[in-house]
Amino acid sequence: MLEIKALTCIKQDRCLFESLNFSLLSGQIMQIEGPNGAGKTSLLRIIAGFSQPDEGSVLFHKKNITEDYDAFAQSLLFIGHKTGVNQQLTAYENVMHWLTVHGYKSVQTEIYDLLGKLGLVGLEDVPIRTLSAGQQRRVALVRLWLNDAKLWILDEPFTALDKKGVAMLQAQFQLHLDNGGAILLTTHQDLTNSFSSLQTLVLEYRH
Amino acid sequence: MQVSNSYWTLFCSVYKKDVTLVFRQRAEIVNPLLFFLIVITLFPLAIGPEPGLLARMAPGIIWVAALLSTMLGLDKIFRDDYMDGSLEQLIASPYPLPLAVLAKVAAHWTTAGLPMVVMAPVFSMLMNLESQALGATILTLLIGTPLLSFIGAIGAGLTVGLQKGGILMSLLVLPLYIPVLIFATSAIDTSIMSLAYSGQLAILGAMLAVALVAAPIAISSALRVSVS
Amino acid sequence: MWKWLHPYAKAERAYQLCNTLLPYFVVVSVLCIVVGWVWGLAYAPADYQQKDSYRIIFIHVPSAILSMGAYSSMAIAAIIALVWQLRNAELAVIAIAPVGAAMTAIALITGSAWGKPMWGAWWVWDARLTSELILLFLYLGVLSLFHAFEDKKAGGKAACILAIVGVVNLPIIHFSVEWWNTLHQGGAITKFDTSAIDPSMLWPLLINILGFAALVGMLTLIRLKNEIIQVEKHRPWVRQLVSRG
Repeated sequence: MLEIKALTCIKQDRCLFESLNFSLLSGQIMQIEGPNGAGKTSLLRIIAGFSQPDEGSVLFHKKNITEDYDAFAQSLLFIGHKTGVNQQLTAYENVMHWLTVHGYKSVQTEIYDLLGKLGLVGLEDVPIRTLSAGQQRRVALVRLWLNDAKLWILDEPFTALDKKGVAMLQAQFQLHLDNGGAILLTTHQDLTNSFSSLQTLVLEYRH
Repeated sequence: MQVSNSYWTLFCSVYKKDVTLVFRQRAEIVNPLLFFLIVITLFPLAIGPEPGLLARMAPGIIWVAALLSTMLGLDKIFRDDYMDGSLEQLIASPYPLPLAVLAKVAAHWTTAGLPMVVMAPVFSMLMNLESQALGATILTLLIGTPLLSFIGAIGAGLTVGLQKGGILMSLLVLPLYIPVLIFATSAIDTSIMSLAYSGQLAILGAMLAVALVAAPIAISSALRVSVS
Repeated sequence: MWKWLHPYAKAERAYQLCNTLLPYFVVVSVLCIVVGWVWGLAYAPADYQQKDSYRIIFIHVPSAILSMGAYSSMAIAAIIALVWQLRNAELAVIAIAPVGAAMTAIALITGSAWGKPMWGAWWVWDARLTSELILLFLYLGVLSLFHAFEDKKAGGKAACILAIVGVVNLPIIHFSVEWWNTLHQGGAITKFDTSAIDPSMLWPLLINILGFAALVGMLTLIRLKNEIIQVEKHRPWVRQLVSRG
C-alpha cells in the first residue's frame, strides 16, 4: 500500500536519514524506534505529506502522494504530537468539527456513545482545556473509531494514556489491521499486544 | 460511515468554529474596536479640535485606524490552529485547503471588519465628517475591509510558524495595504466635494475580486510552508 | 525551454554555469561603468537649466531602472522555484534580493540628493520617489522574512511566495501612487523629461544602464555561487572543490 523510496531528510545541516527504503502492506503495522532527535517525527510528517523530503519519494498505491494529495488525504488519518484539538471548544464540538473537515457525517448519539466508551461520560460539553492531558488525548483518539481511512499515521499515540486506554487503543489497531488497514506509528512504550504483522524500523541518531 | 461531499458544509463548519471561538472570548471582538476608537480619539488631541481641520483629515484618520486595528486580530487568525495542530488536520483533509482558508478569512472579516463598518457612523460623527461623506465611508469600509483581511492573511500565513511573527507580519502587510488606503480615502474625499466616487469604488471592487480568487491560493501555499 | 533548463536543476551544473558566465558579467560591468561614468561625468555637456547637478542621473536612473528590473527577475525566479520545485531558483531569489534592495537604496539616496538643489527639499512626496520607497519596503520584507526562518528551506519558499505577491501588487501600488500624487499635488513638480534627452547625454546614460545591469548580474551570480555552496556543503563535489583550493 505504502512505499518509501530512497528518502533523505536533512534538517539544519544534520542528515536525519539517508536513502531510506521500506514498504507497508495492508494489514501490516510498523513501529518506528529510535532515540529523541533521530528523525521519527520528521519521517512521519514527510510520509503524511506535510514536509517535502530532500530526496526520494513516498508512493501510495504506486502513485506519488504529491500528484493528487487530496485523494491521498482521503485515505489518511494523521494524529501528531499536536493533536488538532481546540482548547476552547468542547469534546463534542471538536469531534464534530473534525468529522466535517474530513468529509464524514455522523449522528450525535453515535459520538456521545463513543465518548462515553472512552471514559469521557459527563465531560462531552465542557471546554477541553479543563480536562486532564490523558482525557484530551482520548478526545483526539476518538477519530480512530470514526474514520474509514486505510492508512493511519500516529505519532506517540500512547502519550498520557493510562493502561486501560492503551489496551483499548491496541484492540482498535487490531480491528483496523483485520479490516485491511495499515498503521505506521512511533512510540517509546513497547506494544503490549502481540501483532502478528508487526515490523520495526530503527532510526539511529546520526551526528 | 457516511461520506458527505459538500464543500459548503466544510466552509460553514470552519467559519462557524472561528466565529464561535471569537464570541466565546468576547475581548477579541471588543478590543480591536476599542483600539480603533482610541486611535481616533488621539488625533483631535494631537492636532487640535478645530472641526474644519478634523473634517479635512477624517478620511485618512479613519482609514489608518482601520488598517491598524485589523492588524491586531490578524496575528491570531492562524496562530491557535497552528499551535494545536488543527492546521495539519485541515491540510490532511480531502477538501481543497483554499476553501478552508476562505472560510477562515471570512470569519476574520465578520469579527474584525464588519464591526468597524457598523460603527462607521459613530466614528465619522466624532471626526466631524460631513454628512454627505457618510455613505462613502461605509461603502469603502464595506469593500475595503475584506481586502485588508485577505491581504493580511497572506502575511499571517507566512509568519505563523515564527516565534515572533507579529511585528514582521505588519512589516510585510502594511506596504501591500497602500493601494486600498489610497483609493478608499480618495473616494471619501471625492464624496465630500459632492462628486461621483464610483470610479474609486470600482477599483476597490476589482481588487477585492482578484483577492477573492488569488489570495486563498497564496495563503494556502504560505500555510503549507509554515507547517512543513 | 524546460529541456534546456533541466540540467541546471542540478546544483553542480548551476554552479558551473555561474562560473562560466561570471567573467563576461565582470568585463561588461567594469567596462561599461568606467566608460559611462567618465563620458557622463566629464565629457557630456552640462544641462542648460540644471547645470552640472543633472549628472547624478548617470547613477540615479540606472539604479532606479535596475531596482525594478531586479524585482521582476526575482519574482520570475520565485515563480520558477514554486512551480517546478527548483531549489536553485529559490537560491536565486535570495541572491537577487539584497542586490535589488541596494539598487533601490542607491536610487533613493541619489534621488533625494538630486532633489535638494532641484526641489529645495531632501524629500518630496513625488510619485516616483514614493513608489521607490515602497519598493524598498517590499525588498526588505522578502529579506527579513527569509532571515526570520530558522529552517532555510522553508524560509526560501516563504520568500518566494512573498516575492510573487509583491510583484502582483507592484503595478497596483505604482498606479495608485501615481494617481494619488496627481490628485494631491497637481503639477507642482516639473519632472525631468527623459524622452526629450539630448543624444550627447543619452548615450552615456544607456551605457551606464547596461553597466549597472551587468553589475547586478555579476553580484547576483557571486551571491548565488555562495548560496549553492552553503546548501550543498556536504556533497562530494563541494568537498572536492574545497580540497582543490
